[in-house]
Amino acid sequence: MNQHTLSVLVENKAGVLARVSSLLARRGFNIHSLAVGPTADEGISRMTIVVDAPELEQVKKQLHKLINVVKITELDRATAVEREISLIRVSTDGQKRSDVLEVATLFDAVAVDVGVSTIMFLVTGSPEKVNDFVELVRPYGIADLVKSGRVALARDQKSRKLRAS
Amino acid sequence: MNTISGAQAVIKALEREGVDIVFGVPGGAILPAYDPLYDSPIRHVLARHEQGAGHMAEGYAWATGKVGVCIVTSGPAATNLVTPLANALMDSIPIVAITGQVATTSVGNDAFQEAYTTGITMNATKHNYFVTNPDDIPDVIHEAFHIAATGRPGPVLVDLPKDILNAHLKWHKPPKLDLPGYKPTVEGHPRRILEAIKLIESAHRPVIYAGGGIIKANAADQLRMFAEQTNAPVVTTLMGLGGFPGDHDLFLGMPGMHGTYAATTAIQKADLLIALGVRFDDRVTGNPDFFAPHASVIHVDVDPAEIGKVRQAEIPIVGDVGRILEQMLEAWAKRPAPDHKEWLEKVNSWRTDNPVRFDQQPDGPLKPQYVIEELYRRTGGDAIVVSGVGQHQMWTALHWKFSRPREWINSGGLGTMGFGVPAAIGAKAGAPERTVYLIDGDGSFQMTHQELATASAEGFPIKIALINNGVHGMVRQWQTLFYGSRYSGSELGRDTVNFPMLAEAMGCVGMRVETPGEVGPAIEKSLSINDRPVLIEFVVDPDEMVFPMVPAGGSNDQIILGPEDLE
Repeated sequence: MNQHTLSVLVENKAGVLARVSSLLARRGFNIHSLAVGPTADEGISRMTIVVDAPELEQVKKQLHKLINVVKITELDRATAVEREISLIRVSTDGQKRSDVLEVATLFDAVAVDVGVSTIMFLVTGSPEKVNDFVELVRPYGIADLVKSGRVALARDQKSRKLRAS
Repeated sequence: MNTISGAQAVIKALEREGVDIVFGVPGGAILPAYDPLYDSPIRHVLARHEQGAGHMAEGYAWATGKVGVCIVTSGPAATNLVTPLANALMDSIPIVAITGQVATTSVGNDAFQEAYTTGITMNATKHNYFVTNPDDIPDVIHEAFHIAATGRPGPVLVDLPKDILNAHLKWHKPPKLDLPGYKPTVEGHPRRILEAIKLIESAHRPVIYAGGGIIKANAADQLRMFAEQTNAPVVTTLMGLGGFPGDHDLFLGMPGMHGTYAATTAIQKADLLIALGVRFDDRVTGNPDFFAPHASVIHVDVDPAEIGKVRQAEIPIVGDVGRILEQMLEAWAKRPAPDHKEWLEKVNSWRTDNPVRFDQQPDGPLKPQYVIEELYRRTGGDAIVVSGVGQHQMWTALHWKFSRPREWINSGGLGTMGFGVPAAIGAKAGAPERTVYLIDGDGSFQMTHQELATASAEGFPIKIALINNGVHGMVRQWQTLFYGSRYSGSELGRDTVNFPMLAEAMGCVGMRVETPGEVGPAIEKSLSINDRPVLIEFVVDPDEMVFPMVPAGGSNDQIILGPEDLE
């Protein structure tokens, strides 16, 4: 699967999310995840769009045709920070509770709701880390799961150079 | 404080954009805007159907190069407008559509005549607006015209709830346009221009492949000079016809599915394709894997998304095609015209040996191509020609020698049957001094022929050559060729409708022609009538097909030249 992460600045106007998702659907590009929220500039919102597309050039060019789209940046793994948040309610019947909590500790997952037979964890991190946590608790039984969709930002170019040296 | 209503602001904003005519149909939600329109110098043309109003705006825009405007009410009126909007988007026609909407207090409640117009038209417009604050009206209308007319032109819709039209605002001059995401490129990149020039210089078999962008950019003069300076043969797409003189030595005609042998073959043999304002439509390329297999591509387009969409370009140049041709001409200025003697001889021989042809026997059934050639002869080619969609459209493209831009108006990308009658009215409204001849098919005509009433009531004396073969001809042609002549659902019946009587019933002059001998006199008569619309029904051979033809999805090397090529 050719998955690409786009960081898209859009004008903060009604219906922009519908325009973007509708355009992608019309052109046959599959959206893997789409997260949107305000930026420091109140007139501008940022969308993080993860698309499955063999050829990204057309996706970017078609998005650019939308009047409300201001800037599109393609982010790659090496030069961007990508994060997801997930809430997971895990079954803790019987003897499982301490085992599950142990796994959670390893992943810095926080117990945000504790019930008689389930615990809800909040886990944050790279998409891979969140996925790994999900896979590790899956055998205990996942009662509910929600993911935020990916958010991402390009790294500071200078700090990247520092690390490289 | 001096205030005006939202409705007054709409009309005032239209006046300020220089609008002198709008095409529309009133209704509940848009009623407030019709009141100030009554006092405005803007002329209102009452269409019979909102689809008609939309196509009229398109015909007007196409004929004049200005932005066409249509105005309709909410709900069913707006949904009726979807087809012309989609048509304008595909063919890059600048129109602004004003739609009424139910009051903001009713929006979302399934109110009477409510439809989610901006949602429905999101993918059928270049951009659209839902206005929720009356203060925004002057800015929104100004932006709408700017977006419709600049860059790659297209349709823009402004949806106006009734309470916003009735609310009051303080009129203000619009501030500077604030469109941070919209900055179309005009100039071509100088380095790319030089690369293109070098590639053209080294080419042995160049072909200029020019499209509708030439017309939209008013770049016909630049194209002619460029072709002459580089001594390269020219093909123009269906949308580009008239962008290059049809009788020019370098002109090979239209390429593609129903293109000429010379145009289609020249592209297949070319070593360089200079693509100007074209989008490599599948009706031109056939199977893109086999299209122009030996050619490098220079692709000039104002819309970056068109470049590389279908065919990778060795040299992409984004910008206004007229301006880029000027830049190329400047860069070329000191170079001599290249000698392409061998190549030009070859393409000329293809042209001479494989003309577009048909067989009209003096006492045989009437051939549609003969009708079109007679129309061309008797008008001296001096007319704006509009068509519907189907066989008649292709015959007109093949048999009329278009020599000037904006004299050929048709629906290319969407292929909208029913485009003809209203588009002809719009063209006549934009160019009242010109002869506007609509060449329509009986199938296409019957989709919007109610607009004949608009033509006669509003005083647009268009002329119509109705090519009546009694069938959906293009569908029937495919059924003949690919479905064993099983004519499922394609037969309208040639005598079902008495077309001259229909025309007369709507205030037009109606005539019927059944033999070749009657064609000339009927056309002469039509040209002498200028106080009302005229319709001539030409009863033609239903078996006549459009040739040449490349079957859909096939390679352009497999051209069927005529019926004799069929097994």
